[in-house]
Amino acid sequence: MSARMKSRLEVTGIYAVIAVMFIIIFYPLLWTFGLSLNEGTNLYSSSIIPKNLSFEHYIWLFTDPASNYVTWYKNTLIVAATVSIVATFFVALTAYSFSRYRFRGRKYGIYTFLILQMFPVLMGMVALYILLNTVGLLDSLLGLILIYLGGAIPMNAFLVKGYFDTIPKELDESARIDGAGHFSVLFKIMLPLAKPILAVVALFNFMTPFMDFLLPSIILRSEENFTLALGLFNFVNDQFSNNFTRFAAGSVLIAVPIATVYLLLQRWLISGLTSGATKG
Amino acid sequence: MQNERALSHNNKQSRHSVRLAVLLSIIPGAGQWYNRRWIKGTILFLMAAAFIISFFQFISVGLWGLRTLGTIPGLDDSRALIIQGILSLFLIVVGAGFYIFNLVDARQDAVKISEGWILPSVKDAFKNWWDAIFPYALITPGFLLLIFVVVFPLLFMILLAFTNYDRYNAPPGNLLEWVGFENFLNIINVPIWRETFISVLSWTLVWTFVATTLQIILALVLAVFVNDERIKGKKLIRTVFILPWAVPAFVTILIFAALFNDNFGAVNQGIMEPLFGQSVPWLTDPLWSRTALIMIQVWLGFPFVFALFTGVLQSVSKEWYEAADVDGGSKLQKFQFITLPHVLFATAPLLIMQYSFNFNNFNIIYLFNEGGPAVRGQNAGGTDILISWVYELTFQNNMFNMAAAISLIMGLMIAAFAILQFRRTKSFQEEG
Repeated sequence: MSARMKSRLEVTGIYAVIAVMFIIIFYPLLWTFGLSLNEGTNLYSSSIIPKNLSFEHYIWLFTDPASNYVTWYKNTLIVAATVSIVATFFVALTAYSFSRYRFRGRKYGIYTFLILQMFPVLMGMVALYILLNTVGLLDSLLGLILIYLGGAIPMNAFLVKGYFDTIPKELDESARIDGAGHFSVLFKIMLPLAKPILAVVALFNFMTPFMDFLLPSIILRSEENFTLALGLFNFVNDQFSNNFTRFAAGSVLIAVPIATVYLLLQRWLISGLTSGATKG
Repeated sequence: MQNERALSHNNKQSRHSVRLAVLLSIIPGAGQWYNRRWIKGTILFLMAAAFIISFFQFISVGLWGLRTLGTIPGLDDSRALIIQGILSLFLIVVGAGFYIFNLVDARQDAVKISEGWILPSVKDAFKNWWDAIFPYALITPGFLLLIFVVVFPLLFMILLAFTNYDRYNAPPGNLLEWVGFENFLNIINVPIWRETFISVLSWTLVWTFVATTLQIILALVLAVFVNDERIKGKKLIRTVFILPWAVPAFVTILIFAALFNDNFGAVNQGIMEPLFGQSVPWLTDPLWSRTALIMIQVWLGFPFVFALFTGVLQSVSKEWYEAADVDGGSKLQKFQFITLPHVLFATAPLLIMQYSFNFNNFNIIYLFNEGGPAVRGQNAGGTDILISWVYELTFQNNMFNMAAAISLIMGLMIAAFAILQFRRTKSFQEEG
């Protein structure tokens, strides 16, 4: 009897903790959603449950001539798609080389990648800024894409190499005996088998430009080149209380698709990461 | 034909001198000609000639620039000269590597020929060359990008740390000069820099350790709770717990900045005022700002670790717990001796990455209140960590030399940590 009481108390306790966590997690998110439906731009008079439900901020984002929201969305998509495709391709090439070939300098190559992945691209921001300025790529999406690409390679190459290492070597050896060349082993055997980790790499690189604020803030100067993160930050940074409802509306439109993708793929992302990292 | 050639070589083999092949290779390609590898020799010779013709001028200007940083103010841009200097050093390294390859190659072929090796046909030679070069060709595009986006800026930054490039002395109007370790000595000797550096560094370390550890503890507790077999609705609960990871962090940080606003934020209005009868200066008092930042980071960071732990927990075999039950182990003992080691072992590398992530977590510091509030006697804000301080020094104060010096110190810390860390990982040991 007392054991049952104890068990029941424990379960209640656990549910209580979960309930508190639910409130802490949901409150800020619902508050933002509520704000985005408020009339006017005044944070003081806005409330989580709008007195007058209104979509004016959403309409403003898409239709007002002063709004660059659609352009920012387009910029972000361009950067994200390019980075995702090109980075995944380069990463796969690099990982294939490190995983399947034994060549002089291989070990040092791997060490270089391992150590460089610890340095954030940001460490060289002084240099990046001056460098891009000198070659005229400041305030351009191309400059941003190049830097995302360079930063993405070491870390991801290592993840993918770890995954490639788990694919039995006998597979490509037998293909070689059948006359397959370097590239056909890569494209017909390795890449199809490594689809899960490649998808993880592609997805993470696609998401980065949606989430990153810092690099765009260093590189991009004019409003029509902004990515979403930078543009939305300026909504709240210019006059804090004035545009917060508009920021809320813009944020909801990013957060909902991204969160959906993450929640749908979470199991997959986690297993890809753990397998790559622990085996890598 | 084949036989004839082999025969003629067999006759010659004693006369083929390895030493002569290497000596001739002082002129790239000549040794290969001597080895009768005409095409390879010609290609090497042409490449060497092209390299010298196109880059000699560039490299000599680059090296001169690196030494002097320019001599005519307004005309010589020291920054461009440093960039050209670094490029020149790269080119020299590439050229030297090429030259050594040329010597080694001539020697190898000559040795093989003197041992009676039959020269391959052009087609075979090409195929061998392709096989040997292929792994390098694969890593070249990634490596080039890495060099230009990561290595090159890091080198540039290292060099800047030894110049006097600040807001009072900025190119192209002025020339830069090498100042040796002056910037580093300033961090030690000038009170304002010293105090700021010590306070920012200690907060960075506290921040990294406390925020990340709390994240991990909360994630562990929740993962174990939700994994309890008596709890229903696991799927829903887990989905909700992962939500903060799924929403872009810059959005949530800005939302929290508004929620923690001293005057109208919901935290003060809805929690602190009614419960404690006073509001807390979350954004204007350093200590409270730091507290708020740690709480927000825990909110942002625990879901990822929670998801990792949940995955591992589900893979722990039930038999272990049943065996513990037979031996009369308590819940706490089961947690301590089965769950905890299992979970930590499986996720260690990713947990360590969480620490290094927070060490460099610029976003939350800058977006919350731009590293503020300002502190007297310091040129960094109360919540600035090293990386956000460097950002402000660079883009707001234009103190490039100090920013670079501090980045360099940070880089050394990261490198030391990275080497220590990777020595322990399995793959490093396997490769080493």
